[in-house]
Amino acid sequence: MERDYSAAGRPGDVYFFATCLVDLFCPEAGLDAIQLLEREGIRVHFPEDQTCCGQPAYTSGYADEARQVARVQLGLFPNDWPVIVPSGSCAGMMRHHYPKLFAEEPALRAQAEALSERVFELTEFFVKVLKVNWKGSGRPTKVALHTSCSARREMGTHLHARELLGRLGNVELLNHSHESECCGFGGTFAVRQPDISAAMAGDKADALKETGADAFLSADGGCLMNIDGTLAKRRDGFRGQHLASFLWRNTERSEGDAA
Amino acid sequence: MTTHHVQFVPGSEFKRRAAAVVADPFLRKSFRGAMDFLMMKRAAQFPDPELLERQRTLAEHIRRYSLSRLPELLERLEANLQKNGVQVHWAETPDEANAIILDICRRHDAKLMVKGKSMVSEEVELNHAMAAAGVDALESDMGEYIVQLAGEKPSHIIMPAIHKTKQQIAELFAEKVPGVAYTDDVDALIQIGRQVLRRKFMEAEVGLSGVNFAVAETGTLCLVENEGNGRMCTTVPDVHIAITGIEKVVEKLEHVVPLFGLLTRSATGQAISTYFNVITGPRKPGEKDGPREMHLVLVDNGRSQAYADEQLRQTLQCIRCGACMNHCPVYTRIGGHAYGTTYPGPIGKIVSPHMLGLGATHVLPGASTLCGACGEVCPVKIPIPDLLIRLREEATHEAKPGHAPLAGQGAGKTALAALAFKGFAFLYGRPALYRAFAWAATRFRFLTPGSQAGWTKSRTPLKPAAKSLRELLAERRNARN
Repeated sequence: MERDYSAAGRPGDVYFFATCLVDLFCPEAGLDAIQLLEREGIRVHFPEDQTCCGQPAYTSGYADEARQVARVQLGLFPNDWPVIVPSGSCAGMMRHHYPKLFAEEPALRAQAEALSERVFELTEFFVKVLKVNWKGSGRPTKVALHTSCSARREMGTHLHARELLGRLGNVELLNHSHESECCGFGGTFAVRQPDISAAMAGDKADALKETGADAFLSADGGCLMNIDGTLAKRRDGFRGQHLASFLWRNTERSEGDAA
Repeated sequence: MTTHHVQFVPGSEFKRRAAAVVADPFLRKSFRGAMDFLMMKRAAQFPDPELLERQRTLAEHIRRYSLSRLPELLERLEANLQKNGVQVHWAETPDEANAIILDICRRHDAKLMVKGKSMVSEEVELNHAMAAAGVDALESDMGEYIVQLAGEKPSHIIMPAIHKTKQQIAELFAEKVPGVAYTDDVDALIQIGRQVLRRKFMEAEVGLSGVNFAVAETGTLCLVENEGNGRMCTTVPDVHIAITGIEKVVEKLEHVVPLFGLLTRSATGQAISTYFNVITGPRKPGEKDGPREMHLVLVDNGRSQAYADEQLRQTLQCIRCGACMNHCPVYTRIGGHAYGTTYPGPIGKIVSPHMLGLGATHVLPGASTLCGACGEVCPVKIPIPDLLIRLREEATHEAKPGHAPLAGQGAGKTALAALAFKGFAFLYGRPALYRAFAWAATRFRFLTPGSQAGWTKSRTPLKPAAKSLRELLAERRNARN
């Protein structure tokens, strides 16, 4: 269970765990997420030694290799601050799977359990802890939202993203068919079973486009690269962007927002 | 005894078959439509998520409790069945199960066996074994009958012929059933099947059925069905043989009720099935109907291997509702036949390795995105994604010290994958090295290959950004200072 950081007022400092995909493939989304946090008056700390949560090895059955990587991340957050992750699946890995991964090493397990309570997916943190009340800025726009499966089923983040977008006023959130269905990324699955993965990604891209939205949003780098890469290959004008980037460009704080 | 080897489709075949279905727009549309319908039907049965959660928790506890006492419950089941006049047989392998059933058939000089729906009989490939020994085993469940006429296997554990359209079935009937003209009227097709089968129920010396729940305390076999063919198979022929897996036992009748309620709702979106047969033994003196002789064949076929491991044991909680396949985005794309195993879909991926060994099945646990839809709908809360990860580990590693190896342990290990993950751990386990790597990857992004294995078949190549996030942050710091 995650810690209730909102009880003692807003946290002044947070750690930012960018994830390997954001660091290397969509760094702008990471920067936008950090700027959104800073806009709330929060000091954002980026541990330079962060690499990857270890999920690719963990889900592929290479637990030892996942542990080697996860162990490095465990030591990066010494202060008792929230750890913000701009990806539901990586946040899910750290919150739910780290304690299991270190089940047989008591000291590390305790560390993993302590960390797991402090891990928040970005939109979850905005809604549940900061209780932001942003309003839309700029021209009216229509968007569709894809939430990663682990984010949805492990973290409930589809609700948080919907809540954030739903309040913006000038942003219309359109529902696509089979919304809760996987986009077919699945980490190494996309490479191991390219035909099935392509079929799933193609169907997801179609469903998102059929809403008539201007763009689709996702808070998960993996899903985003999968669906957007599929659309790009089709040379489709309809494309995706990271939810953090969209929020940075299309929202502003309201008068009543907490300091 | 003739040696009979259960058929399977090797991993390389899985990929090829899956690709073929994925490329067939007709099949794609057909599976999508069928699964959408089943998901909608199930959802309509569970309007209250909190109630569903409580029901699932209860069902999970009943199954876990039953499994925790499995050896004892099986012995009680055997004793109470024998008290009720039922002969109990134990089969460790498919061959043993088939030999037991064939022996019973021979003693009764049986030429014809009518079968109610039984996935365990599919699992041991009973029909092939019977045919080889001169016994005609006829499926009487409409879906199974269609699949048998077509010379195929079921593509779904609840709806065996879900891959077929009514036009295909119409053509099949016109071709294979003597004296039948083409009609694609569904009611007419069902009537044709009924008329053929009705005569066969009278002719058959042996009726075979599966079992949904075996109650230890009372020696009772429960059979859930919708067509009445199960009741015919278990009451009309002189001999009734029930076949089931050893995991199907529960302690008390009252344990059946919550499981039954979740089974039909999860499977077909029915609050209750049309028939629920509660079988407590053969015809007793003075009774006018029912079989004169009754047998139960309890099949292991790898279940003991799953049972021996606390985590893998959860596989045996399954009550075979099929909801995991109905909600699986992979099953929806490729259908049941591509898996090549008796049980397709998510449950098939976690149970087949115990039945067929990882040597034959190691590809299956990997053929999942771990999206979690299966675990979310499972009425007995089997953590299917966790078990898939576990089997991926067993498929690619030697057994841990002190652990008995699974059949086919390590069969999916490749030097390339092992090296790749060693490399992954080496790179991402060393922050300074990773930073150097990220620096180089962004500087030399123009070297990114345009073709990236399976990824670029349907997507543009993955290319590192011009600057990593940590570089952007460093630039921002410098600009501020």
